[in-house]
Amino acid sequence: MANVIIDGIQVSVPDGSTILKAAQVAGVHIPTLCYHPDQAVKANCRICVCEVEGQRLLQAACSQPVWDGMEIKTHSPRVLEARKTILELILAHHPQDCLNCIRNQNCELQDLANEYAIRDNPFEQMVRGLPQDRSTPSIVRDPDKCILCRRCIEACSVFQSVDALGLENRGCQAMVVPSLGKDLLDSPCVMCGQCIHACPVGAIAENEQIDEFLAAVNDPDKIVVTQIAPAVRAAIGEEVGLKTGAMDMNVFVAGLRQVGFDYVLHTNFTADLTILEEGNELLQRLKEGGKLPMFTSCSPGWINFCETYYPDLLDNLSTCKSPQQMFGALVKTYWAEKMGVDPSKIYSVSIMPCTAKKFEASRPEMNDSGYRDVDLVLTTREVGRLFRMAGIDFSRLAPSNFDSWMGAYTGAAVIFGATGGVMEAALRTVYEVVTGKTLEDVNFTFARGMEGIKEAEIDLDGTVVKVAIGHGLANARKLMEQVRAGESPYHFIEIMACPGGCIGGGGQPITKSNAKRAERIQAIYEEDAGLPLRKSHDNPEVKAIYADFLTEPLGDKSHELLHTHYTPKNKKFL
Amino acid sequence: MAEEMRVVLRNYGKIDPLKIEDYINAGGYQALEKARSMSQTDVIEEVRKSGLRGRGGAGFNAGQKWNFAFQAQADQKYVICNADEGEPGTYKDRTIMQGDPHSVLEGMAICGYAIGASKGYIYCRGEYPYVVDLLNQAIDQAREKGVLGDFDIEVRMGAGAYVCGEETALIESIEGHRGEPRFKPPYPPVSGLWGKPTIVNNVETLASVPVILEKGGDWYAGLGAASYPGTKVLTLTGDVVNKTVIEVPTNTTICEVIYDFGGGIAGGKAFKAVQIGGTSGAFIPESLLDTQIDFDSMSAAGASLGSGAVLVMDETRDIVDVVCRIAKFFEHESCGKCAPCREGTMRLHKLMNKLNAGEGSAADIALLNKLGRVMSVACLCGLGQAAPSPVLTTIKHFQPDYNAKLQ
Repeated sequence: MANVIIDGIQVSVPDGSTILKAAQVAGVHIPTLCYHPDQAVKANCRICVCEVEGQRLLQAACSQPVWDGMEIKTHSPRVLEARKTILELILAHHPQDCLNCIRNQNCELQDLANEYAIRDNPFEQMVRGLPQDRSTPSIVRDPDKCILCRRCIEACSVFQSVDALGLENRGCQAMVVPSLGKDLLDSPCVMCGQCIHACPVGAIAENEQIDEFLAAVNDPDKIVVTQIAPAVRAAIGEEVGLKTGAMDMNVFVAGLRQVGFDYVLHTNFTADLTILEEGNELLQRLKEGGKLPMFTSCSPGWINFCETYYPDLLDNLSTCKSPQQMFGALVKTYWAEKMGVDPSKIYSVSIMPCTAKKFEASRPEMNDSGYRDVDLVLTTREVGRLFRMAGIDFSRLAPSNFDSWMGAYTGAAVIFGATGGVMEAALRTVYEVVTGKTLEDVNFTFARGMEGIKEAEIDLDGTVVKVAIGHGLANARKLMEQVRAGESPYHFIEIMACPGGCIGGGGQPITKSNAKRAERIQAIYEEDAGLPLRKSHDNPEVKAIYADFLTEPLGDKSHELLHTHYTPKNKKFL
Repeated sequence: MAEEMRVVLRNYGKIDPLKIEDYINAGGYQALEKARSMSQTDVIEEVRKSGLRGRGGAGFNAGQKWNFAFQAQADQKYVICNADEGEPGTYKDRTIMQGDPHSVLEGMAICGYAIGASKGYIYCRGEYPYVVDLLNQAIDQAREKGVLGDFDIEVRMGAGAYVCGEETALIESIEGHRGEPRFKPPYPPVSGLWGKPTIVNNVETLASVPVILEKGGDWYAGLGAASYPGTKVLTLTGDVVNKTVIEVPTNTTICEVIYDFGGGIAGGKAFKAVQIGGTSGAFIPESLLDTQIDFDSMSAAGASLGSGAVLVMDETRDIVDVVCRIAKFFEHESCGKCAPCREGTMRLHKLMNKLNAGEGSAADIALLNKLGRVMSVACLCGLGQAAPSPVLTTIKHFQPDYNAKLQ
């Protein structure tokens, strides 16, 4: 242990602790900008510099380890002059359009400018005037706003092993740029949006499509129908001043009706349906010697990753569409028929925790209903803005039920939102299908939590199935390399592109640390535990759709509407 | 009249650098042999005792540095010779390597033995391709002769970035990454090349090692200034009569360097300023010419010895214009990693340009002072910390030159 004095406060911290960690123990706030709690120390912004007794140089609190007897001043005049000057330098090279910025009031640089009372910047304002990158339907990059902290690069390369972002040039010409390509679409970007969470400012954001939604709501010829992904409820409260997980599902539904949706349905319905289709696909592959291990296919960032980096293993992917796209294909066929409405009038909007879903919905093959299956994808953040725009007071909103035919769901669907959830949901159904017995304890706890790769052997009455779960694409890559080397011991693998699963998706409220992801995961399992039905095959509307429309899992109609194929991306440099 | 003392350059001009036999006949590689007959700790102690301090600019005690790497437990350690001599006006390392390459190789091998490293790299400035050829030939000869034993040396070439002279940026470059400094600690002797304990020493430092082993640490410690003993190779450029390379004891004064060795100001003009230590060095006015060139005396005078470049300027030189050009150099050479250097070097240049064009105000000078003060304590590496030095020292010592250009 090292005894240190920070601003006169004596604390004892483990040897090797940084000044920043010691300050946290002492209850002293040191500002940071390039620092990210789940990333390697970068020490490049220099905002966290502090004065160490006896040292000429100021030391970066994020990187400087303490020693026994160290005396630190975190806000001496020298320190404040340095911090203010560095902030002035960064701000003078950063657009001053906070009012119009997508990160207004949710920006680390803005917070610091406020904390340090930056008023008249002595440095001449100079913005580079670089073009925005709007090449993908998911993510918009605004390089003028980039402050070169490099957190996006690390998120992309270390968490995700995608390496779509890199650095170009040096000095004040240095820029974060898409790797080996002119724009993001040209790069290996999988559109997962983890860079957005990493960005402290508004340099990377979702492709915001609020205006398209408002136009559709305004159009009397359109029937605006929505689906809500399982992970959204757990986080949407954060957008409207509630605690994580505190938004009641039916109050959420009522809020959506307030902003103009004609019908509110649930992606959870097709999540349950996915379990029936994917579970049966797995059993078929096991029985008929199909390609194994079989990988889940719900996560569009993961599908992009596979098509980009593992085009040789596309046959290992389940052919099931994601729940969003199953929903899209069914809402303009089955649901339209049930409701007696003209499918050409349906405007299908999905509310997703995900930026890659925007790309998925725009895939040319996703039109099996005869129309574009999903017309618009809004992220959790965009829906949060719609709620704020509408001035909704959720504490006074009467709960509202989902609309019929594609609104019922079980706890198995809810847990799709967390890493391991699809696996657990699948096992709840597969167990009963294979053994013919009732599963008494539905909790497969091995599948839960933030560990990067989880695995288990499941005994289905003598049939042993080896399964693994990976979240974050760097973990997916490890599992894929095993498959490519012919050394994968597994039958079934769940992959979610984003750390923590969809609750940590690129469209969720800006997520500054993995601790927030863990909180949302807890909210997901609490919701599951509180539901009367927790197995997908018990969903009454799923039973109905098989009885009335699909006839059976993996039947002709399913193949037509619910399954898909994959295409190698053939990126020119890979 | 002060006299040269050739320790590092002891063989310069006396042997054929491309003939290892010449070096051996002059006593070369005997120090390595002697070192290998000693214990590793004794070798380190000898170097520590000599008081030899890094000749690249940072001035850290070489023996202490070696000891850190010796103490570190690792399956592999490295010795890197920093030959990325990028300081404008500096060519002492090139002179040493061209005149006596084996003295550098021998110094590296002694260091390798002392710390337990079997592999060395020479990171040579990209603009010195002919030196790379020469070094490779020397290494081949040494291998053939077997004098290096199990110590192997590889030459790596820089690609033109000034910042790669900073030891951790140099290491990043060898690893194949962008040439950008790492934050310290950890320092390279603990975690350097590929995370292994690594000694990065300057060419001149390593070339001093064989003679220290040969004649003993006490002998070396008795040369020059007590706190920074030995000799220093200096390169004289600018408005001086003798534009040349010299090696002098470290207690020589700046005045002696300019007037005794340099022959005074060319063309019978008056002295204006001298910049010592390279482009990031302080500008020194006439009033400080009696300062000794050793590290601590220079520091006390608000200057630095740095690489040993001595750029003399006569009375006709436009100080503001010179500093403006220097600021441009740093804007160009900043790697862009840390905010105060990336943005600060650009602003220093912009403000200097404004002043130089006669469009500046007293407020701009005050802003330069504040910016320079912040950069010198808050930047991530020595480049950004030292870049404002010419600005700050000229504002301090040559204020009338600035005032003359105010709007």
